[in-house]
Amino acid sequence: MAEYRLLTKDIGTEGLETLPVYERVGGYQGLREALRRFTPDELVEEVKRSGLRGRGGAGFPTGQKWSFLPKDVFPRYLCVNADESEPGCFKDRYLIDCNPHQLIEGTLIAAYALQVRTAFIYIRGEYHQQRLLLERCIDEARRRGYVGESILGSEFSCDIVVHRGAGAYICGEETALLDSLEGYRGQPRLKPPFPAVRGLYGKPTVVNNVETLSNLPHIVLRGGTWFASVGTERSTGTRLWCCSGHIERPGVYELELGRPIRELLEEHCGGVWKGRRLKAFQPGGGSMQVLLPEHLDLPLDMDEVARAGSSLGAGAFVFMDETTCMVDVSRRLVEFYHHESCGKCVPCREGTYFEANLLRRLEAGQATRAELETLADICDNMNGKCFCPLGDTATWFVMSAYRAFSDEFAAHCGAGSCPLRGAPLAAARVA
Amino acid sequence: MTGTVVLQATTRAAIERARSRYPHPRSAVLPALWAVQEQFGYLPGEALSEVAELLGLVPGEVEAVATFYSMYFTRPLGRHQIAVCVNVACALRGADEIAAHLERRLGCPSGSTTADGSFTWQATIECLGACGYAPMMQVDHYFYERLTPEKVDAILEQVAQQPAPWESSRAPEPAPSSAAGGGPTSADSPTVSPASAAESAPRQRPRATRPGSAAAARRSRRRRPDTRST
Repeated sequence: MAEYRLLTKDIGTEGLETLPVYERVGGYQGLREALRRFTPDELVEEVKRSGLRGRGGAGFPTGQKWSFLPKDVFPRYLCVNADESEPGCFKDRYLIDCNPHQLIEGTLIAAYALQVRTAFIYIRGEYHQQRLLLERCIDEARRRGYVGESILGSEFSCDIVVHRGAGAYICGEETALLDSLEGYRGQPRLKPPFPAVRGLYGKPTVVNNVETLSNLPHIVLRGGTWFASVGTERSTGTRLWCCSGHIERPGVYELELGRPIRELLEEHCGGVWKGRRLKAFQPGGGSMQVLLPEHLDLPLDMDEVARAGSSLGAGAFVFMDETTCMVDVSRRLVEFYHHESCGKCVPCREGTYFEANLLRRLEAGQATRAELETLADICDNMNGKCFCPLGDTATWFVMSAYRAFSDEFAAHCGAGSCPLRGAPLAAARVA
Repeated sequence: MTGTVVLQATTRAAIERARSRYPHPRSAVLPALWAVQEQFGYLPGEALSEVAELLGLVPGEVEAVATFYSMYFTRPLGRHQIAVCVNVACALRGADEIAAHLERRLGCPSGSTTADGSFTWQATIECLGACGYAPMMQVDHYFYERLTPEKVDAILEQVAQQPAPWESSRAPEPAPSSAAGGGPTSADSPTVSPASAAESAPRQRPRATRPGSAAAARRSRRRRPDTRST
């Protein structure tokens, strides 16, 4: 089947990143309708009706998250999470690059529903061009009366501030994001209290992902009931799937939820490259458990994939062909988590260090069987024992790969080099 | 007042502007550090003290932030910064070879600066969000994607001619030429297969490399067929 283009339907229109073109394809009609037809509370109900779930990884129902804000506590804040850093994930950058006003419109609709006067877009430091583009677009929107005081002549006023991160994966975690936005080191906070109750500057705060908010203009214009009819019963709408790795056509594809994973791989990505066979894949980015070719017939449904022992996470598929060394993949992911651990809690800070050392030695064929057997113990001391999910996710891929490819892990022990790759290139070693 | 006054008036003004955007001045720490780095190319200790004073903090609070985030440099580095992603998605498509090529070509290992001070480069495990267009590297503020060793050579040659970001921060940056095998990119994604692109009008996307320039807004490019590395 063809792609189901909802968020990407206008991408390809020349000049879409400019306001006049965005307006010409119907842009800001969603905001107009929201202000005209809904009270803030009705809008929250409409989003609940749509069944929209967060697109940042956890998949929490958006309308429900919104309804946790305590009544009558002001000011409240909205933070747009554009700190996309999950390995394998690049859809938010794509949405900002290709249709920045759609995000701004979605942000304003959410701000109206939540009665927020200041919204922040927290964008990762590496996305320098995207930050400049957003700032330019917000200025453009401000001049046309979509941002600022008395938006479109209504009583709703809202400003949007773009806040640039500076290179820290952990700031994608919502409470670390808030600390970073407040001018601290980006370290997660203890929950509860959840941000909805005590968030930015101690005030009620909602943190939503870029793709989540980009859905809102469409939900307002076509209705929550319509949106809920797309996708599956509990995974509604479409998602942007980031596809990378050993495939013929990597890229971002928008598909309705519920389509089989096989369709994404074979029809849209053109299958595994070079005529090779699929060995394994990650369905939700670097944090998520490995899946095998036998899982290709699973639907793109958050709950179904969870039942198979993994997660659709942030919608990032990394496909690996038969030549891939699973120890090498594990080593890279663990080095990533070790690099990105904020150091706040011991299981994660020390655990990722031990894990990375072990996997480096294993990949080089230097680890013994006895050392390999400590891997499960290290991971067990991390999973579920950390302040935030980073420490948990640093174990998920490794343990799932170890279970699925135990012979391959064992074959590395004392082998002197990687049985699949030989000696790795020294330059790629990360200090 | 601590130390010597080192911040330029424009940098101080940028910090004041940032301070006015937030409900609490402390939130301006990250933007202030960016402004300082734009002036110096790194964060000198004396400048951190000045930032602290401007925002009503003690220097240690600013230093704590400066040392947490990987994009802030607390010591001077080369004139241009290169980061090659070697995380999984890039590695599956030849990132190690690109890193090895850079090491040969620049004559220094990952994490170091070339003898002439032109480049500081590193193979980074931090995913930079270009997995679908791998392998990739970031040079200063730009992404370069679908790299080959030949493309890397052309990019290095071109970038070496350009001023360092902090030298050009007060002036418009020079547009990179397309000689480098397709200039810096930004989410240059094939979102439809060539087959379906043939059925409908091909979707174009903004090249989006130089926001602020009208030429960039007008310039857009047809999606290229996938050019795989290796």
